[in-house]
Amino acid sequence: MEDLLKLADKSYRSRLIVGTGKYKDFAETRKAIEVSGAEIVTVAVRRVNITDPNKENLLDYLDPKKYTILPNTAGCYTADDAVRTCRLAREAGVGKMIKLEVIGDDKTLFPDIPATLEAAKTLVKEGFVVLPYITDDPITAKKLQDIGCAAVMPLAAPIGSGLGIRNPYNILIILEQATVPVIVDAGVGTASDAAIAMEMGCDGVLMNTAIAGARDPILMAEAMRLGVDAGRKAFLAGRIVKKLYATASSPIDGILG
Amino acid sequence: MKIRLNGEEKEIADGLSIAQLLDELQIRSGRVVVELNRDIVCREAHGSTLLKGGDALEIVHFVGGG
Repeated sequence: MEDLLKLADKSYRSRLIVGTGKYKDFAETRKAIEVSGAEIVTVAVRRVNITDPNKENLLDYLDPKKYTILPNTAGCYTADDAVRTCRLAREAGVGKMIKLEVIGDDKTLFPDIPATLEAAKTLVKEGFVVLPYITDDPITAKKLQDIGCAAVMPLAAPIGSGLGIRNPYNILIILEQATVPVIVDAGVGTASDAAIAMEMGCDGVLMNTAIAGARDPILMAEAMRLGVDAGRKAFLAGRIVKKLYATASSPIDGILG
Repeated sequence: MKIRLNGEEKEIADGLSIAQLLDELQIRSGRVVVELNRDIVCREAHGSTLLKGGDALEIVHFVGGG
């Protein structure tokens, strides 16, 4: 049976979700995403530059027929702003799935949880497929899943920090109680971080800076694809139990001497 | 007449529709979403929605983000 990531009513082969920010240009964005194998890509909603409106548009490079476009609410500090941004995004006609993030503080970019819960309630009621970015807090994850979010997305570490999973035990608790996919969002630094998240049993990983900020983003996009894939397969395969002492790999019988 | 366009004051011709304004600004309507005084104006209504002095218009689109 094919191993698919299910989000609301859609299934995806790739468990890597990638952002489109911070690339050198749209050509690099497109190439990195192609190499990453991602089928879902995040985008932000911003004002059009009125003085230079003819600048190329991101969607000229990312065909919404090929990719699921996942608009985010990055930069929103209140539930109202986040809801407003989601409504605008939906009007663009790329579907009803959104990445909800209500930022609490610009130094840590940690989410404002009460505001996230408030926005999630409104958005679920309005028929959005809500994927909320949250701290690695099992209680918050449970509340959002109960509200009707289609997944929960705990951070591994602060956005763009590249620190990897700072609290694997919290992520494990979130996984244990989850009835919706758990996607690690933010803080991944390199391929092993992504692999670890997947080995733990996470359903997916979302990242942007780890790829776009690498010296060679295209090569890192490939590394992340392989890391996510390796981690997922290792999880499905079931790792051996860790033991303190050795167990010989070669037979004891028939040793010379 | 004056409107607020993406947070900045702008002088435009009287009686302009949203579609005409987008045209004038050389913005492709298929790639943007328009909000007039906090209400979204669907694409089909761009031609029939006339702007008035003091209107607050937001024109947004998707950009790279994580």
